[in-house]
Amino acid sequence: MKRTLLFLAVLTLYVLHQDFWFWRTAHPLVFGFVPIGLFYQACFSVAASLLMLLLVKFAWPDHLEREIEQRETEEDVTR
Amino acid sequence: MIPAIFVFVYLAAVLYIGIFAFRQARGRERAEDYFLASRSLGPFVFLFSLFGTNMTAFAILGSSGHAFSNGIVTFGLMASSSGLVIPLTIFLIGTRVWALGKKFGFMTPVQMFRDRWECEHIGTAIFVVQAVLLVPYIIIGIMGGGTTLKVISGDLVPYWFGGAIVALVVMGYVFFGGMRGTAWVNTFQTVLFLLFGVIAIIVIGAGMGGFRSAANAMLASPALAPLLTRERISPLYFFSYTFIPLSAIAFPHILIFCLTAEKMNHFKKTVIFYPLCILAIWLPCVFLGVMANRVTDIPQVRAKQEARRVLATQGKTMEPEARDQLREQAAGDDVIMLLLQRYAPLWLAGLLGAGIMAAVMASDSQILALSTMFTEDIFAFYGGKRRFGEAVQVHTGRIFIVIITIVAYAVALRAPETIFELAIQYAFSGFAALSPLLVAALFWKGSTKWGALAVTLWTAAAVVAVAVFQHAVPAPAPGPPLVFWNLGGTEALSRTPGGTAVFGFMPVVPMVLVSALLMVVVSLVTRKPKQTTIAKYFGFSK
Repeated sequence: MKRTLLFLAVLTLYVLHQDFWFWRTAHPLVFGFVPIGLFYQACFSVAASLLMLLLVKFAWPDHLEREIEQRETEEDVTR
Repeated sequence: MIPAIFVFVYLAAVLYIGIFAFRQARGRERAEDYFLASRSLGPFVFLFSLFGTNMTAFAILGSSGHAFSNGIVTFGLMASSSGLVIPLTIFLIGTRVWALGKKFGFMTPVQMFRDRWECEHIGTAIFVVQAVLLVPYIIIGIMGGGTTLKVISGDLVPYWFGGAIVALVVMGYVFFGGMRGTAWVNTFQTVLFLLFGVIAIIVIGAGMGGFRSAANAMLASPALAPLLTRERISPLYFFSYTFIPLSAIAFPHILIFCLTAEKMNHFKKTVIFYPLCILAIWLPCVFLGVMANRVTDIPQVRAKQEARRVLATQGKTMEPEARDQLREQAAGDDVIMLLLQRYAPLWLAGLLGAGIMAAVMASDSQILALSTMFTEDIFAFYGGKRRFGEAVQVHTGRIFIVIITIVAYAVALRAPETIFELAIQYAFSGFAALSPLLVAALFWKGSTKWGALAVTLWTAAAVVAVAVFQHAVPAPAPGPPLVFWNLGGTEALSRTPGGTAVFGFMPVVPMVLVSALLMVVVSLVTRKPKQTTIAKYFGFSK
């Protein structure tokens, strides 16, 4: 369930990248000089970072790390 | 000349970092230490060096130049899509490759493919395609270094001498420092990049008297207002661009870098902060590139705008050569340097010039990756390591670095830059089309070496086909594309002012999709690797 939700979140963000709703307008100018289309894409980058935070928190491939650490510990003991 | 002095100080600093790394590694003449820094990079160096490795001259010069001509769309096209796709591929693919590298001792992607699919010469075919697609980067890096040093020094340093200095410095720290030196230099360069964006926007903003009036004046001008929207770019083209960042993880220098982390935990910060690093560098550069259109007191910028105007109004009636010449005049790759020269005090322009040099000199990782690939995938694989030992393998890698740098410098002196700029465009699509190799190797038990061969041959053929098509059919003037093949009323193949369109998409879309399809279809009808081999790759305990 957790993985499905994360997959949907990734898919949603990918779709949100195609922001056709701001395609032909520069208004409003955020802070008086940043066109809305550029501001939206900057916010998108922040959202991408937050999504990565969720992926790291809830879908990190711990099993890969565990096995490597276990191997390294075994090798250290053998030495 | 003062800015050039800052740049020379910067060049001396990076050379020193490389030699310092060499001293640190003295007595450890092992291939894994030289080529992978003994897989021991910490989280900070890993994040910054991996990011720096992926940022080329395009990050500062190209992004602002593209934005100067095309407007704010540049950020969505190239930066924010990369901010989603690249960390995602590092999360999914980079971590797994790291684990397999630790487990089985791989140092290159081809080593992994050879073992995973029980293939020998198919691995060599993949090496050849990867190497051919990588070489233009090294050449363009030297060309960029020569050009930048020439501009920064006000023509006091000639192109040939600037190119030679940059080639020597890069060769020096890669030769001595190997991966450790390259990673440290990349970290230093990334810090400079990040500072560059912030300082440049403050200084130029103040010089222009604030951006508010510039933005409003652009909105009031019918010729410039579209640059603050995306109306000149089709949504299909915009969508196509999201396929390009798939190339990042397939670049050998990025994948090899993934093997250098000491712990898998170090990937966490990289994955989370990657989109923010892209934002910090690209947003100021894109914004400044757009705003450069409002600058009226820099004659070179006005000349570019005039060339753009002539191209738009009279381009259709011109000969292709004349159009290309105008395109070159209208190109804005140097606008950010012109803005700095105009608005920044001399000492600051020098400091920021060093930041630009940091971006231009991104060919270090490619040179090292090519050397790693040659010594591991060819020299060691065909018996060199067994016969001559590991120390000779490292020496061979160093000799290879010298040879490739000299060859790249010689080519950079003779060939026109545009050829290699085009080659890089093809290389992005080519590496994106190779990405199904990684997905199949890591996530699909049923994939086979014949599927891998089909993907490799298709990628090579598609890259050549696009290059031949674009060479044979000159780019039309700005406006509607030149339809080359119409299929039932649909534009199947067109030549656009910026490249090629297949059913309205950039070629990278069909290239990636056909690659994936070939991997599936060919693998389904060919023999799988042994069960023991598959178990090795899919046997991580859950």
